Amino acid sequence: MRTIQVEDLADIALGASLLGSGGGGDPYMGRLEAMAAIRKYGPVTMYDPEEIPDDWTVAKVSGVGAPSVYLEKGRNGSEYLRAIEAFQKVGRKLDALIPVECGGLNSMVPIAAAAVAGLPMINADGMGRAFPGLQQDTFCLADVEGCPYVITDDKGNVSILYTANADWTEKIGRDICAVTGGAVLAISAPMTGAQIKQFAVPRTIDLAQRLGRTIREVSDVEASSPEEHFLAQTGAVRLFRGKISDVLRETRGGYNFGRAEMEGILEDKGHTAAVEFQNENIFAEVDGTIAATVPDLICLVDSDTFRPVTTENLKYGKRVLVVALRCWDAWRSPAGVNLVGPGWFGLECPYVPVEERLGIELPSLFQ
Amino acid sequence: MYKLGIDVGGTNTDAVLIDEDLSVVAAVKYPTSDDIYSGIMGSIDAVLSAGEVNPAEIKQAMLGTTQCTNAIVQRQGLAPIAILRIGAPASVGIPPMVDWADDIAAVCVADAIIPGGFEFDGQRLSEFDAQAAREFFESVKGKVQSVAISCVFSTVRNDDEIAAAKIAREVLGEDVCLSLSSEIGSMGLIERENATILNAALHQVAERFTEGFAKSLAEKGVVNADVYLSQNDGTLMTMEYARKYPILTIACGPTNSIRGASYLSKMDNAIVIDVGGTTTDLGVLANGFPRESGVAVTIGGVRTNFRMPDVISIGLGGGSIVRQHEDGTVTVGPDSVGFRITEKALVFGGDVTTATDVAVRLGMVDNVGDASKVADMPLEFAEAAMAVMRELVEDSIDMMKVSNDDIDAILVGGGSIVVPTDLAGTAICVKPEFSGCANAIGSAISKVSGTYEALIDYDVTPRDEALDQARNAAIELAVEAGAVRETVEIIDVEDVPLQYYPGHTNRVRVRAAGELGK
Repeated sequence: MRTIQVEDLADIALGASLLGSGGGGDPYMGRLEAMAAIRKYGPVTMYDPEEIPDDWTVAKVSGVGAPSVYLEKGRNGSEYLRAIEAFQKVGRKLDALIPVECGGLNSMVPIAAAAVAGLPMINADGMGRAFPGLQQDTFCLADVEGCPYVITDDKGNVSILYTANADWTEKIGRDICAVTGGAVLAISAPMTGAQIKQFAVPRTIDLAQRLGRTIREVSDVEASSPEEHFLAQTGAVRLFRGKISDVLRETRGGYNFGRAEMEGILEDKGHTAAVEFQNENIFAEVDGTIAATVPDLICLVDSDTFRPVTTENLKYGKRVLVVALRCWDAWRSPAGVNLVGPGWFGLECPYVPVEERLGIELPSLFQ
Repeated sequence: MYKLGIDVGGTNTDAVLIDEDLSVVAAVKYPTSDDIYSGIMGSIDAVLSAGEVNPAEIKQAMLGTTQCTNAIVQRQGLAPIAILRIGAPASVGIPPMVDWADDIAAVCVADAIIPGGFEFDGQRLSEFDAQAAREFFESVKGKVQSVAISCVFSTVRNDDEIAAAKIAREVLGEDVCLSLSSEIGSMGLIERENATILNAALHQVAERFTEGFAKSLAEKGVVNADVYLSQNDGTLMTMEYARKYPILTIACGPTNSIRGASYLSKMDNAIVIDVGGTTTDLGVLANGFPRESGVAVTIGGVRTNFRMPDVISIGLGGGSIVRQHEDGTVTVGPDSVGFRITEKALVFGGDVTTATDVAVRLGMVDNVGDASKVADMPLEFAEAAMAVMRELVEDSIDMMKVSNDDIDAILVGGGSIVVPTDLAGTAICVKPEFSGCANAIGSAISKVSGTYEALIDYDVTPRDEALDQARNAAIELAVEAGAVRETVEIIDVEDVPLQYYPGHTNRVRVRAAGELGK
């Protein structure tokens, strides 16, 4: 058990932005919301999965919608209490909340929710990164019942969904989100403590904080070069070093699609690379050869500061490192690849783990 | 016809005169005064007599000033303000200034979040509560002369900000100073609101420096000049515009010195090391313009969504205080005697050992002060101090570089005498003529710009064609603003899709800039 104080938020947010692998939204506004909530209601208590009783009831919490809308509208604050109240009315009394995704903005939403609701949160999540779909988490992968799925907005609307399956939750949930202004809050899926231990990606809030600290302190290291330090501490492998030479973007069906093309610099001079994204980075190729695909994490970081560069901030001339991190092992199972692999994103290549493609060893991010 | 460029720094006020061919006629440094204006007037007198120029022949006068930055960083001269945010029930979970330090948050006398605002598609989020706006302005009447107004999605529709501004004028009078977020920042409520709050708090500072500059010019006979202020992107704005948007002058100093360094050295790609009296700024000159910062910009601890030059500052300048500690170690700065260097430094007869004294003792410079006054400074001590200074600069160069390759460097600024030119990590390191006044020169050669912004449906107009049209429109706007056509270049292109918008509609924004005509 530990607590999350205002001082912890900056590193968690920075690390979460790396785990967002280009998407997931900038955690900045979420950090402000969590900050305001902790100041008002006090620090948040957080348990590791194995610390909680098997019979606890835990629900998933996340913001749903376009991060750019949330950056304008923020949150009212009452969404959390209204969602929890509605959830408990049709389900069980809640003992704790668990983040759905530790990547990007949704790393911060559960902290604000837990502070406002006075509930503990779990040091784990359902992705170990960020994904665009509501159904793309390890609980849905394990067929854990995802309903009731409660959606609340800033105006006072409460929707409770019981759907045929997670794909329908995604479809109907997205429509509700669109008509109520583009950014809503969701609390869903009563799960037991035992299920959390079995299916959640453990200690990912700590992981985000550790990654954030590494990036923040990267220029202070003396033993090795900042880049070696960054790669060693984050468990990332460098795929390419380049300058962005063009960015093509398109919005379809509420998703943000695009492709960034790069020309190599320094040791990669003369080579080219490209990264494709659908909200998150999903595919990287170097000189026309696939280097990594989803569900492994493909991240662009500033070549000097190692701060993550989100797909929204891709700009001509920017110098970046393209790095890959090994995803949570459950995503590499056939069912996992089916739910979050290249095929789901419309890519025609098979999934091959990044370390196999490169012929190297890569440590697991998760402890 | 002449151009007069003035740069007010913390230590020196620089003035330069430039002729029609953009050649430097005269450049002077004059100590910055506490009241700023006697320093400006002194520098004008000095540069006019050095250049033997009749003030009536000056047709353009440009001022670059760090006063807005200083006011924010030092929390000085900021006006009390009120903040009205329109957007409830959205956004109330994140009150204004939630991550601001207490000392700067104190500028805000009162804030409120009232109903109103829009959704991403321009539909109403909630009805604008005009009564609540009126009550809020009544409650701050007599307490503030400046108000910041922000609104959820005012970048999509600014109706509610305008309605609130009208009510503010009715309640607080026509003279109230209003900063509307839709006129200042881009998407992202909090960062836009932050910039708007800073802009509102700067209104007295802005009034003082625009009036002061105009008065100083008139008093010195510069009566035929169009007057401009430098913006942080290396282009100019009028006085009237600067009074409304003082925040746009933030960080124009580093931009001017980088552009001035490029002009003086005839180099387009280099690292620029601008050594002042108290601090040294390092920036990167990339294709003639400053490299932009890739991270969100914080000013005095406040995050905004401005575009700014990528500059790092270190606490080393000509006036940095040099100390030997009991254990024998020598430190330099970060404190400095600043503009009092001409009374405090040893070579000027003072009693404080400064970086300048060390440079004089080591024979790096021979025309500053009285060298005999530092003759008894132990050589070992001077060398130890210089090693510290060298390391400070070399480390910073390394941080700004994008590769291990040596990079060219341009040394500018009044304090550049304290930095050696054989720096590790640099290929060639030049200190051009007039480099002491690179800031003022950058200000004088600043460009004027035109910005074209439009929503373009790529299904109607193909992307390449649309971008070509936008580029041409921006160039025309720059020419209309006074730029010479042959000199106009595109300096920025943004091309961002509108989320949730049918088809392939993108927001396109193109900026072009060129030399000011004669």
